[in-house]
Amino acid sequence: MADEKSLDVQKQEILTGEETERTRECACYVPRTDIFETDQEIVLFADMPGVSSMNLDVTLEKNVLTINGNNEVQIPPGYTLDYQEYEPGDYQRRFTLSEEIDREKIEATMNNGVLRLTLPKAGPAKTRKINVKAG
Amino acid sequence: MMYRRYRYPSLWLEFDRLQREINRLSEPGAQKRGRGRVSFPAVNIWTNDDSTWVTAEVPGVDPKEIEIAIVGSTLTISGIRIPEESDENSRYHRQERGYGKFSRPIQLPFNVDANKVEANVKDGILSINLPRAEEDKPRKISVRSA
Repeated sequence: MADEKSLDVQKQEILTGEETERTRECACYVPRTDIFETDQEIVLFADMPGVSSMNLDVTLEKNVLTINGNNEVQIPPGYTLDYQEYEPGDYQRRFTLSEEIDREKIEATMNNGVLRLTLPKAGPAKTRKINVKAG
Repeated sequence: MMYRRYRYPSLWLEFDRLQREINRLSEPGAQKRGRGRVSFPAVNIWTNDDSTWVTAEVPGVDPKEIEIAIVGSTLTISGIRIPEESDENSRYHRQERGYGKFSRPIQLPFNVDANKVEANVKDGILSINLPRAEEDKPRKISVRSA
């Protein structure tokens, strides 16, 4: 396991890619992510504050995993913003997975603004034993 | 090298650009958005005449672990972010998320009524509503003519 990281508030803005243009007028960030792998699965955690499970979209196409989260920014009515340290925004990130994933068993949960994605490995390791019949 | 000189009006401009780029990379705090480096959690403060609304991004922090204290016009948000459990056999591919304790004092524009403060966490956003203390509100004083 890697060393523990300290808490950081800096959000990294997404670079405008060649393939996608954004149509929503707000910032878009790369969510901070932890990925670890066990023998059975790959587990991914992504910090996406402000994104509810309703506004989250996770797709796996071929071996490209895309996470998209839209932030519903709530502006308290009758208030003016006096001091700002963070800017709410959407989140987007893409990962290329090297392992074969069992697509049917992917699980995604959103808890306190953190996405947890469990990607069980499809078992290529499960070698089938073929019995040789004596003729 | 000649090619570059033609493309840029001055070689020094190119050096300046490089210098800025190095500065930007070496200081993760210096960024376009926000106001430089701030400690966790980042807060936004909204106000009107009667109350203040403080919102903070606290993804992955259990609401039970968040403590809010008010002394006069100082609000303190403290808590801990606990790392996700992983067993010993797991290998990390990426570890970008931080963990640990945090405590953040925030100076509010006025004294608040600590009994009426309400806080909730939704989708990793903490929002605290702090009504202004009654005795702190501006009072209109009528002037009598003698």
